[in-house]
Amino acid sequence: MSSMTISQLAPFYGARQAVKAVDMQIATQEITAIIGPSGCGKSTVLRCLNRMHETILGASAKGTVLLNGEDVYGSNVDATLIRRKVGMVFQQPVAFRTRNIYENVAAGLRINGMTHKAELDQSVEEALRSAVLWDEVKDVLSKPGTALSGGQQQRLAIARALAIKPDVLLLDEPCSALDPIATANIEELLVQLKTTLTIVIVTHSMQQAARISDQTAVFMVDTTSGNPIGELVEKSSTSNVFTNPSDPRTESYISGRVG
Amino acid sequence: MAKQQHAESWSNGKSVFRHGDVPFRIGTVVLASCVVGLVLAMGVIMFVSSGEARAAFGWDVLFGQVWNPVATDLAAPTFGAWPAVRGTLLSSLVAIVIAAPLALGIGIFLAELCPPQLSTPLSFLVELLAAIPSVIYGVWGVFVFVPFFNQVFSTPVSETFGDYIPWLAGPVATGRGVMVTGIVMSIMILPTIASLTRDVLRLVPNTQREAMLAIGATRWETIWLAVVPYSRAGIIGAVMLGLGRALGETMAATLLIGNSQRISPSLFAPATTAASLVANELTNSVSTLHESALITVAFALFGITLVLNLGARLMIWYVDRGMAGGRS
Amino acid sequence: MNTPKNYRWRKFVDQVMRGSTVFATGCAVIPLIAIIGYVLTLGASALSVQFFTDVYQPPNMAQAAADGSTPAFDPNDPFAGIGVPTDGSTDGTTPADGAAAADVYAGGPVGGVLHGIIGTLIITGMGLLFALPIGIFAGIYLSEYRNERYSTIVRFCCDVLSGSPSIVAGVVIYILVVIRSHEFSAIAGSLALMILMIPIVTRTTEEMLKLVPESMREAARGLGAPTWYSTFTVIIPAALPGIVTGVMLAFARGAGETAPLILTVLGSNVISTNLFAPMASLPLLAYRYTESPYPGENTLAWGAAFVLMMLVLVMNILVRVATRRRAGASR
Repeated sequence: MSSMTISQLAPFYGARQAVKAVDMQIATQEITAIIGPSGCGKSTVLRCLNRMHETILGASAKGTVLLNGEDVYGSNVDATLIRRKVGMVFQQPVAFRTRNIYENVAAGLRINGMTHKAELDQSVEEALRSAVLWDEVKDVLSKPGTALSGGQQQRLAIARALAIKPDVLLLDEPCSALDPIATANIEELLVQLKTTLTIVIVTHSMQQAARISDQTAVFMVDTTSGNPIGELVEKSSTSNVFTNPSDPRTESYISGRVG
Repeated sequence: MAKQQHAESWSNGKSVFRHGDVPFRIGTVVLASCVVGLVLAMGVIMFVSSGEARAAFGWDVLFGQVWNPVATDLAAPTFGAWPAVRGTLLSSLVAIVIAAPLALGIGIFLAELCPPQLSTPLSFLVELLAAIPSVIYGVWGVFVFVPFFNQVFSTPVSETFGDYIPWLAGPVATGRGVMVTGIVMSIMILPTIASLTRDVLRLVPNTQREAMLAIGATRWETIWLAVVPYSRAGIIGAVMLGLGRALGETMAATLLIGNSQRISPSLFAPATTAASLVANELTNSVSTLHESALITVAFALFGITLVLNLGARLMIWYVDRGMAGGRS
Repeated sequence: MNTPKNYRWRKFVDQVMRGSTVFATGCAVIPLIAIIGYVLTLGASALSVQFFTDVYQPPNMAQAAADGSTPAFDPNDPFAGIGVPTDGSTDGTTPADGAAAADVYAGGPVGGVLHGIIGTLIITGMGLLFALPIGIFAGIYLSEYRNERYSTIVRFCCDVLSGSPSIVAGVVIYILVVIRSHEFSAIAGSLALMILMIPIVTRTTEEMLKLVPESMREAARGLGAPTWYSTFTVIIPAALPGIVTGVMLAFARGAGETAPLILTVLGSNVISTNLFAPMASLPLLAYRYTESPYPGENTLAWGAAFVLMMLVLVMNILVRVATRRRAGASR
């Protein structure tokens, strides 16, 4: 359970700055949604929060992201430790192909040195229960993870992220590859999870943001300089953003005139 | 002008151009069938020509202990190529044990860890290693590597451990033997395995790497627990192809293994391989039975590399299909 | 931030294993440099004008001329020193007689390898000539009819050919040609090399034709051009540089092949252009002279290896430069 304070965060691809410096507060026990048209850098900003951004060749980031008061981008901070605390779920459901359902969830636990069978069993069950997948898979734990449906695989990915007990969970358009029923399942799950977890979700669906989030950050593309660059135009409570936006660009975006 | 005429004649369909497709198709199919026919013909020719020896000795041509082409007053010629088969298997085993882990490391380095500016020149160097003719490895092995290896490894090791461990026993003598052959062959098959491994690793979708990184895995854990398992079938295929190359390698083996029919437990002792047996004796064969026995050995080599190829292709095909099909 | 208990160990493994992949790569690069280095330095020392312009001379000829003794080899015997012993022994290179005199082994480089260079060019060139029509048309078939089931069979047979040991090609031609004609011949060697070159030409032709953008095929089809016409006038010209690349690689591979030639061409000590007689060839010279007890002949082996190595290096670098330029241009 922890808050994040983002200040002057500027992601780069090579020498090109992708998003204007971002200042933002992410509160605990809330779902923060990041919305905006495609190309506005919302996923890039999200990936900066657990230093996944820098795994892309040539990508880097400047600025600070404080997690529990400690800078994620500090000089002697190891990115693997950050990612252990700040979990992430991706747009495309990912199951490790050569692992069964059990081992998919246990992967992070094993990496972190959990070896006792009973301990592992308990943690895996816990994680699958939190991801509301346990009842569906408890009898087929030795089946390959790829045998599950898309929505189940996405919940499996969430279970895998939850198994190592992160403080923050980042979700990068987790429902864009799923059907409406699977989407509803995931949304319901996220709302349950926020009581114990800080959640940041990037979504292309304003309805989704309105349904589940407490805070909403709106990103837009600034094309005035010729070089398109993303920027944070508004960050406020979700009801405020959707009913009483302070920025005209937000208003035109949510009313469907932009993006 | 002429072009316009062509265009018109195509569209009204009267021209010979229209009908050119049938002979074109027949021509390509026939010449492509030459490739298939060649493989079949090779198999059939060797099968027929090996008939005499197979009829006389059966499986003993490959597994019999005594290879004695010359009839004497005491014994009729016998052909049992076990010493050669054993030498082939042992030297290939040495080669694959050395080459497989190294090649996996090279493949991982080139595909996952190497800075992109370095990847192209390094890949080129590794592929150059594959382009060098095998006889050059043999020449280099005879004049440079064998004396060197003899001095720094074979002699001291056999003197120290030879009395206790039979397969490290001396005398090292000329230094030609199973071990040096295996080592030189491992250099030869390294690029085959490494470049195929690099290729299959590059096929692994990035989502697999990201999912592993996102649960706090280190770079190596990501490679070893997500990337390598994902492409393991392809890697096994690459190793099988390398093994096929080692089994059939002729020149380096002929020059380096010492060509001795004596079976010795020591890896430092001279031996012979199936390929070098054929290379050395076929042109000097003393009887049709001798010839037939050597052809049987060559046929077995052909068969085993065919099986290895089939297996390897199936493995690599399995990986390819996985990439296209499962969007995991 | 609390550090997991096994964190140090994991970091250590990460570093060690990443380091070991660098080490593995070094293990491939070091022998490459050692082999190229030795062949280039030792081979270069064998080079002289005589090396390229002269043919084989039995090592003790000079000796014989000096002291009037009988030379070990008859200088007019083209197979002197190659020998086809009939006792089944494995060593066909050591001269049985004349070697008794110790000083016979002394002496510098003897003669040259002109006969080998000429032989290699003839044998490999002929082999390539045989391989080209089959290889190129099979490549066209694989690329233009790539979705047919039969193309999978053709492709697999290609893989079998390129994966099977080169000596097997030699054995097959030995059975088919050498036994029937009762003679080793250059043409038999060319046929054996053909078997080995076909898969290289086929696969590169296929790959290169596949690189031609589908839009070009569709454009030609849209104009109403029949397949054969567009293949010959549009697609093959577009892929020609790549096909030439494949042909060069096939030549380089064929020129270095030794095992099949042992069974088909045998070798010779004189310049011969008779396709139906044994002929010299560089890899065979490198092989025979390596096994020779004469230091002078050993030097010739290095020289032959040098020429082969240069051929392979130059071909591969040319191919590299050519493909890179094309890759750059298409971007």
